[in-house]
Amino acid sequence: MQNLIDNFFSYTITGLTIGAVYALVALGYTLVYGVLRLINFAHSEVFMYGTFGALWVVMLLGGKPGGSVGQVIFWVVMMFVAAMAMSGLIAVILERVAYRPLRKRNAPPLIALISAIGASFVLAELMGLRSRVAGWVGLDDTLREYVRNSRNNAGLPSIISPQPIFSVGGYNVTNVDLIVIIGAIAIMVVLDQFVKRSRLGRGIRAVAMDPEAAALMGVNRDRVIQVTFLVGGVMAGAAAVFYMLKIGITRYDAGFILGVKAFTAAVLGGIGNLRGALLGGFILGLAENYGSAVVGSQWKDVVAFVLLVLILLVRPTGLLGESLGKARA
Amino acid sequence: MSTSTGTAASTKQRRLGFKERVNNLPRAVKILLWVVFAVFLFMLPLLNIPFITTEGSDFGGVLFTVATYVLVALGLNIVVGYAGLLDLGYVGFYAIGAYTVGVLSAEHAKLSWVVVVPIAIVVAMVSGVVLGAPTLRVRGDYLAIVTLGFGEIVRLTLVNSEWLGASRGISDIPKPPGVELFEVPSIDWSSGAPVVDLDTTSTFLKFGITDFVPYYWLALGVIALVLLFDILVKSSRVGRAWEATREDEDAAELMGVPTFRFKLLAFALGAAIGGLSGALFATKAGFINPQSFELLLSILFIAAVVVGGAGNRWGVIVGAIVVAYFPERFREFADFRVLVFGLALMLLAIFRPQGLLPPRRTVRAKRADARQAVLEEGEASA
Amino acid sequence: MLLEVNGLCVNYGRIEAIRDISFTVDEGEIVTLIGANGAGKTTTMKTVSGLRPVRAGSIMFNGKDITHTPSHERPVLGISQSPEGRGCFVGMTVMENLEMGTYARPDRKTKAVKDDLARVFELFPRLKERSNQAAGSMSGGEQQMLAMGRALMAKPKLLLLDEPSMGLAPKLIQQIFDIVTEINSQGTTVLLVEQNAAQALKRSHRAYILETGEIVREGTGKELAADPAVKAAYLGGDV
Repeated sequence: MQNLIDNFFSYTITGLTIGAVYALVALGYTLVYGVLRLINFAHSEVFMYGTFGALWVVMLLGGKPGGSVGQVIFWVVMMFVAAMAMSGLIAVILERVAYRPLRKRNAPPLIALISAIGASFVLAELMGLRSRVAGWVGLDDTLREYVRNSRNNAGLPSIISPQPIFSVGGYNVTNVDLIVIIGAIAIMVVLDQFVKRSRLGRGIRAVAMDPEAAALMGVNRDRVIQVTFLVGGVMAGAAAVFYMLKIGITRYDAGFILGVKAFTAAVLGGIGNLRGALLGGFILGLAENYGSAVVGSQWKDVVAFVLLVLILLVRPTGLLGESLGKARA
Repeated sequence: MSTSTGTAASTKQRRLGFKERVNNLPRAVKILLWVVFAVFLFMLPLLNIPFITTEGSDFGGVLFTVATYVLVALGLNIVVGYAGLLDLGYVGFYAIGAYTVGVLSAEHAKLSWVVVVPIAIVVAMVSGVVLGAPTLRVRGDYLAIVTLGFGEIVRLTLVNSEWLGASRGISDIPKPPGVELFEVPSIDWSSGAPVVDLDTTSTFLKFGITDFVPYYWLALGVIALVLLFDILVKSSRVGRAWEATREDEDAAELMGVPTFRFKLLAFALGAAIGGLSGALFATKAGFINPQSFELLLSILFIAAVVVGGAGNRWGVIVGAIVVAYFPERFREFADFRVLVFGLALMLLAIFRPQGLLPPRRTVRAKRADARQAVLEEGEASA
Repeated sequence: MLLEVNGLCVNYGRIEAIRDISFTVDEGEIVTLIGANGAGKTTTMKTVSGLRPVRAGSIMFNGKDITHTPSHERPVLGISQSPEGRGCFVGMTVMENLEMGTYARPDRKTKAVKDDLARVFELFPRLKERSNQAAGSMSGGEQQMLAMGRALMAKPKLLLLDEPSMGLAPKLIQQIFDIVTEINSQGTTVLLVEQNAAQALKRSHRAYILETGEIVREGTGKELAADPAVKAAYLGGDV
């Protein structure tokens, strides 16, 4: 306990940064759940591909420690572009290949989970076998730097060296912390406005609330679903950039545990509810950091899940309920 | 007279499916067929049938693994297939069963195997009740994540608890007491034709450390018992209550079915069978550590149940065999095993959405659903 | 002929919900489908708006075959449905619901939408008062008005109204039917599904009677209202 009190701000800032990542990934789960009533189990891989998108573009551009301010900004912007494009693309392909065929056949919901698990394995393994995959198309030589040691950790060159900007309660808040927290909040605001105000955003909400009535209004459900996956993917891509800036290391199986946490965050806030996902992400990030300060960091994940169980017992539909969804009791 | 009815029946039989034909056989023949089938299953690891037998790894060990998956699938089928509760943390019960055996027979006490296994079943069952009582009231999708969390909590507790051996695990788990009755020879196919090989034998029932065949026999015996139990429970009042709860929980509640209690019962029974499987696993392995109980295992268990056809006990057995056996059989593609498995799951989902052997009720339920849809449209205009 | 339904059959699984039904709606008419529970009225409506797949038969709208046109393309052609029961987007405000009505309109960004909004508010003053309230927090009657207003916002050639009087107080029913008549007199063709046969027959130009998925009678509203068999079966004593 003393540890928590002494380093309260340190744990808070770390909790907020990792919470921002959870929140952004949780948005993808919650959006898809809203329109399809489906746990997109493979969303964690969408995130993982984003981390590689961010990593590869920095390698491609020759990013390294000690670049000028202009260079660093350029690299970070390109990380966003690459990661969002990569994750968005993977998410859309995923919907096309793993979910749409099932929807057309009216498959039972449980089988969609199996398809998702299958897709998750395929995506993770393709990344874990990327040197072989590159070999099949004869690019293993050209891409050697990108595909070597496919099963091992791949690290991002620390293009931004963490510099303390200001200090709260003895903890130095670094530039990386600030970029992650402010950037994540900015992206969430944009998403919130997109869903609330734009035509497609309203289409998403309409389909989530009542698919039949939405169709009567002329909303093309397939298109809305595609956009939903795209938006969820882009959010996961943004999360991947923040994750790489903060953690700096990724691997073909890096998505799994993070995905479970993000899904937990989505449920915590009330799945199907966008603001719930944000709240859930930050609460989970903070709680597991505070908790690990008290009971030891090896119990971090246990704290997260115990919190989830407790909250569901008190509020069975999550903290904010399922507002994007429906009142279909 | 008997010949004339015989021909009449046989012409009729041609139009019947396999199932009806088997059902129409005289009782004695049926029993005989079952016995032959059972003997075949018991002899399978010694027959060394080409192509089926795994080259790279010990076939007896592989068959034991397949058998534990079958057992797990039967248990999980009660939860997922019968009661319709999506449990993504089933590995937790499996781990609890295994660790109970480890703790009580090796790490902290030296109880005998015969005593420890029933305790393991009870402990797993109690943990099922403890987890289920507060969580079974939350909606289906939430239950999935709560159980997923439970599986992780169990694993992380194993990793972090020194008392449970932490990451090094528990070793020297004693073998079950054996009764060495007789030796069974195996069959050698290396010359192209089957030859009885008297040098390679398995002793019935000697639980050693090199020959896994007796463990497979033990698992088969347990499966038979669990299957019998499963058939009895499913066809009882309890089975019908589960079906009613799964199809329409509110309606079942209105008809006076205490749905929560039946869900809890399903959860507890599933947990008990999961614990039993874990206990068998610990027995055979002689050594357990947290790595044997990764979250991924839960996913594979669910895959086994759904691939086979949740709700159909024969289906989930087939599913378990598919999930456990094929990755072992095709070890030569070791690097691509998971990739191929993933692709197979996706293809299956598209082309056999009800599983390999869908439960009979889907047809019936489909018709009921259609009738319900018509009625609802009518009701709505009331 | 604005709408021409020919030999329509729709199934749920193996069960036939409607069998070989044919009817027409002329431009400017109010046409009603009357029938008891489960007669197939709502199924017919949902099939016309494309929510149910057609097993056999055809639907022609404005001279175009729309039998297999996806539901979300039908509002663009000029078919708009107010669904039965709670078809409102309960999580959206009244205003957002009305704006959803214009989702498919090609001219959704022009002034025409504003004029239509003014017209809807004129028909349903309650909606104006409550425009910023969440649809889910309104009474059943108000939600019914919202669903109709939303359908009107699509500026349909053919308005499908599924049970607009369902679950409403008698006074409110009168009001809703007045509005239906008003909408029609402003030039919108209406296809109505009703259980309240007395009111519906009085208001409509023509009507069809559905029984267990088949059309058993048709005629003008007056003819059917005067028919002794119809009286006995559908009008009871509450005329």
